[in-house]
Amino acid sequence: MSDELSSPGYDVPPEMQSHVTITRLDKIYNWSRRNSLWPMMFGLACCAIEMICTAASRYDFSRFGMEVMRPSPRQSDVMIVSGTVTKKMVPQIVRLYNQMPEPKYVIAMGACASGGGPFKEGYNVVSGVDKFVPVDVYIPGCPPTPQALLHGLITLQKKIDRESLSGVRWYQKAPIEPIPVPVLGPDLMDPRRYDQIFEYTHAPASPQPEGSAETPA
Amino acid sequence: MVGWEIIRGLGVTFKHFAETYFDDLKWLGKPRYSQERAAARSSLDSRGAFTVQYPEEKLVIPEEFRYIPFLIYDEGPDGEKIDRCTSCGICAKVCPPQCIWIVRTNDPVTGRPIPEPAEFYIDVDICMNCGLCAEFCPFDAIKMDHDFEIATTNRMATDIFDKQRLSQPASYYASIRPTNFAAEEKARREKEAAKAAAAAAKRPAPPAPGKGPVAG
Amino acid sequence: MTEQPIVESPAADLSAQYPDFLTPDSRPNFHGFVLAPERLLEFLKIARDELGYDYLSSVTGVDDYPEDRLEVVYHLYRTTGGPGLELKVFTGRQDPVVPSAVPLYPGADFQEREIWDMYGIHFSGHPDLRRILMWEGFAGFPMRKDWKEAYFEEEVKPFKNRWPGGRAVRVEDSNPFGNNVEYPAGFDPSQWTGESDDPVYDALRRSIIEEKSDLKTDQLIVNLGPQHPSTHGVFRMAVALDGETVIGLKPVMGYMHRNHEKIGERNTFLANMPFTDRLDYITSMSNNFGYALAVEKLMGIQPPERAEYIRVMMAELTRINSHLISTGFLLNDLGAFFTPVLYALEEREFILDIFEATAGSRMMCNYFRFGGLARDLPAGVFDEVKKFVTDRLPRKMEELETYLVKNEIIRARCEGVGVLTTEQAIGFSAAGPILRSSGVPYDVRRADPYSIYDRFAFDIPVRMNGDVYDRFLLRLDEIHQSIRILQQVVKQMPEGPIQTGKPQYTVRVPAGEAYGRVEGPKGELGFYVVSNGKQNPWRYHVRAPSFINLTGLAQMSLGQKVADVVIVLGSVDIVLGEVDR
Repeated sequence: MSDELSSPGYDVPPEMQSHVTITRLDKIYNWSRRNSLWPMMFGLACCAIEMICTAASRYDFSRFGMEVMRPSPRQSDVMIVSGTVTKKMVPQIVRLYNQMPEPKYVIAMGACASGGGPFKEGYNVVSGVDKFVPVDVYIPGCPPTPQALLHGLITLQKKIDRESLSGVRWYQKAPIEPIPVPVLGPDLMDPRRYDQIFEYTHAPASPQPEGSAETPA
Repeated sequence: MVGWEIIRGLGVTFKHFAETYFDDLKWLGKPRYSQERAAARSSLDSRGAFTVQYPEEKLVIPEEFRYIPFLIYDEGPDGEKIDRCTSCGICAKVCPPQCIWIVRTNDPVTGRPIPEPAEFYIDVDICMNCGLCAEFCPFDAIKMDHDFEIATTNRMATDIFDKQRLSQPASYYASIRPTNFAAEEKARREKEAAKAAAAAAKRPAPPAPGKGPVAG
Repeated sequence: MTEQPIVESPAADLSAQYPDFLTPDSRPNFHGFVLAPERLLEFLKIARDELGYDYLSSVTGVDDYPEDRLEVVYHLYRTTGGPGLELKVFTGRQDPVVPSAVPLYPGADFQEREIWDMYGIHFSGHPDLRRILMWEGFAGFPMRKDWKEAYFEEEVKPFKNRWPGGRAVRVEDSNPFGNNVEYPAGFDPSQWTGESDDPVYDALRRSIIEEKSDLKTDQLIVNLGPQHPSTHGVFRMAVALDGETVIGLKPVMGYMHRNHEKIGERNTFLANMPFTDRLDYITSMSNNFGYALAVEKLMGIQPPERAEYIRVMMAELTRINSHLISTGFLLNDLGAFFTPVLYALEEREFILDIFEATAGSRMMCNYFRFGGLARDLPAGVFDEVKKFVTDRLPRKMEELETYLVKNEIIRARCEGVGVLTTEQAIGFSAAGPILRSSGVPYDVRRADPYSIYDRFAFDIPVRMNGDVYDRFLLRLDEIHQSIRILQQVVKQMPEGPIQTGKPQYTVRVPAGEAYGRVEGPKGELGFYVVSNGKQNPWRYHVRAPSFINLTGLAQMSLGQKVADVVIVLGSVDIVLGEVDR
């Protein structure tokens, strides 16, 4: 423990080395946070099964302090988006993200959550969860094996290690605005882009590009 | 007696609990983490704890395991890279989610295609690791990698793999898939020998068959 | 079930018997009979009551674009076994209407809703015709051939811009919103009245029939899901409660609808194989099997002997895998947190090791090819399977049974809960363990044998009570039968080739239709494939057992306590990839 925590460059008398560790506040803060990341019990698709396997006895991510999978967003630190994000589901995902308390992290597990994956072309598929919520770590693979997920979690831990108390957003003065929840209309609608949608659908005489929902070929 | 079956069930869990300690006794005095121990734990005879201590230990990856594809180049005598890929486009055609893009090289003088790719992209955020590209590549130029430790923090910058990122030497391929590599090399040598024999039958003085892939 | 006389009816016979109703489908390589929409119900009644076709396996739509015609295709079977009956109804593309089969076959409920959702065919007389996979208000009927998605590139794969001049572009860069969306012309988002769950709640309130109680209790509606730890994924149930008793339940699905069929119709035949892995992602080998069977039926080829054995071996290992998971998670739903599921997953890991060594991936095997397999078993795997099924697995199953089966708490929670009677189970087109635990010995492996299942000695386990406990026990019984089959397979495994002909990436599939079905771990898994002789299937439909098994969920849950809904759902054993596809 002390090896991991101690900051080098400080003179600790030899007789006290086994009792005393000198460290920085950032370091101890990050160290404690990264070893108690509670993931949300939240499975979407195929990757969720691999996530469960990771939690099960063979891979056992409780070795990293993650055994407490919380079904409630209020008690979780990291959301593992494990699977295809569909348009019908994305309002719920954004809502869950908003409900998570800071500090919160998002892992996009697998190709689908990262960028749409093999189902990207589908009409009900969002091409990557990062279109709506900020993602910290992307794990490619379809599905990533449990060891790949563990590697992703270790990557997240390393990212947390680099954070600093003075820089993190949850200690800034400015309030953190929730992400507006997308609305299901004729297609998925992002409230931040209503003007753009209006402009697009009312563009005079501009021919609809191929792929319009309304005009049969 | 009500509750007897519950006690019997608890006996099973207790047995599991005890077995983990009996199993540990066998490893007394040996290092805590070792590949050998991981292999023993995940073998069919394992009793006791089943956990593989990733990242200190890793599971033995079977040869057929597939993750993201990679391109193979042969190393020439002077260390130059000779792409096996001839940009025939079969992998791009067979790819189910269509995540492969290939730019064919054209001869600047004649404008005719040269059998090597100018660019080769794979979008790993689309790739479904199905392995069809590797299966149907006639030149054994694209194969599935074993490396799964590729998590990133910025997919826009890293997740479209280009030719440079995808290329690996044939020796790497031989190291991760020795059986397949040996079988393919054997088939290739036989093919070349047959070709040479056919050419020898046709003409009295055949040119020596070139090393590396036969572009076609 | 009453004894039905088994009428041996070759195709031509029936249309001669009922000339007023049926005309054979005359297109070459197409089967079944065409009948007029207005006579459909009349004939379905005859088929059910006189001919004994009591089991409606699948209902699906086909778009015959550019012809002005939509089809509805029915696949009927007898629960006593034997060949099926295929019926087709044609209707125009403008305001298509077909009478609903729900009064005769309640199992058509969700399937007709899906056809309405995807093709816009209105089913007159359907009790609750709403969109099922997409949301109310979605523009267009996506499975119609002239409907194009936002990221539409070309009609069929392979896309032309991938080679030889394939600069990598993210497809969002070609979409004005970068977001896979497309809006109808003239649409004003600020006028949108909002995403609303009212249709769900209205339907739920309508479905509440009786209100009898001695206590004065409040009625309320509770939503379970879509993010709920016990819904096995992103499934949602709107539950109407009277006190703590369930008086109405409407499943809401589509949160995982990833357009499997639309993508499947753009794909080449072979490219669909890895996509089938992602249907029911726990049982990918079974899905491969069903799809391979359907296409092989069309192509008229047979895999070689060794391939058949390996196929059966993989399918049975998959069944064990799936039943282990479902048993483990049922216990989780019961509140036995984690220990049973950890024991089950431990054994499952060995099966996954076998898959990984053979097919290359733990879950997405992509192992079957038309006319064979992708590759032979690597050295050492066969011995591992042998050791696993003869030594470790029987031992571990015995242990699991000691641990769980007679446990008093499990029995108290499960016995008599979520009952589905024999008639209801057949009516709801329930399949697999749900059907068999309700006393119907119907298993496609015996009823309509495929591959080489007729060579093995095994029993079809049946249980009579149709409750959660019986479904739990039945799955354990099935694991034992699978072990029995596997032990025979490893004894008889022949040597030889594993592929008929040369492996090819473009397969020639003659025009025609085929319905291939296998007994998947969740039940009858069917693939309905229509080919027009090109590289891509014209129609590719999956008869998903998890999806259709959910039809009976409301019936099973009525009158139970709200806590029991969770275990009823657990005992149905759904996988959302297959429910929503």
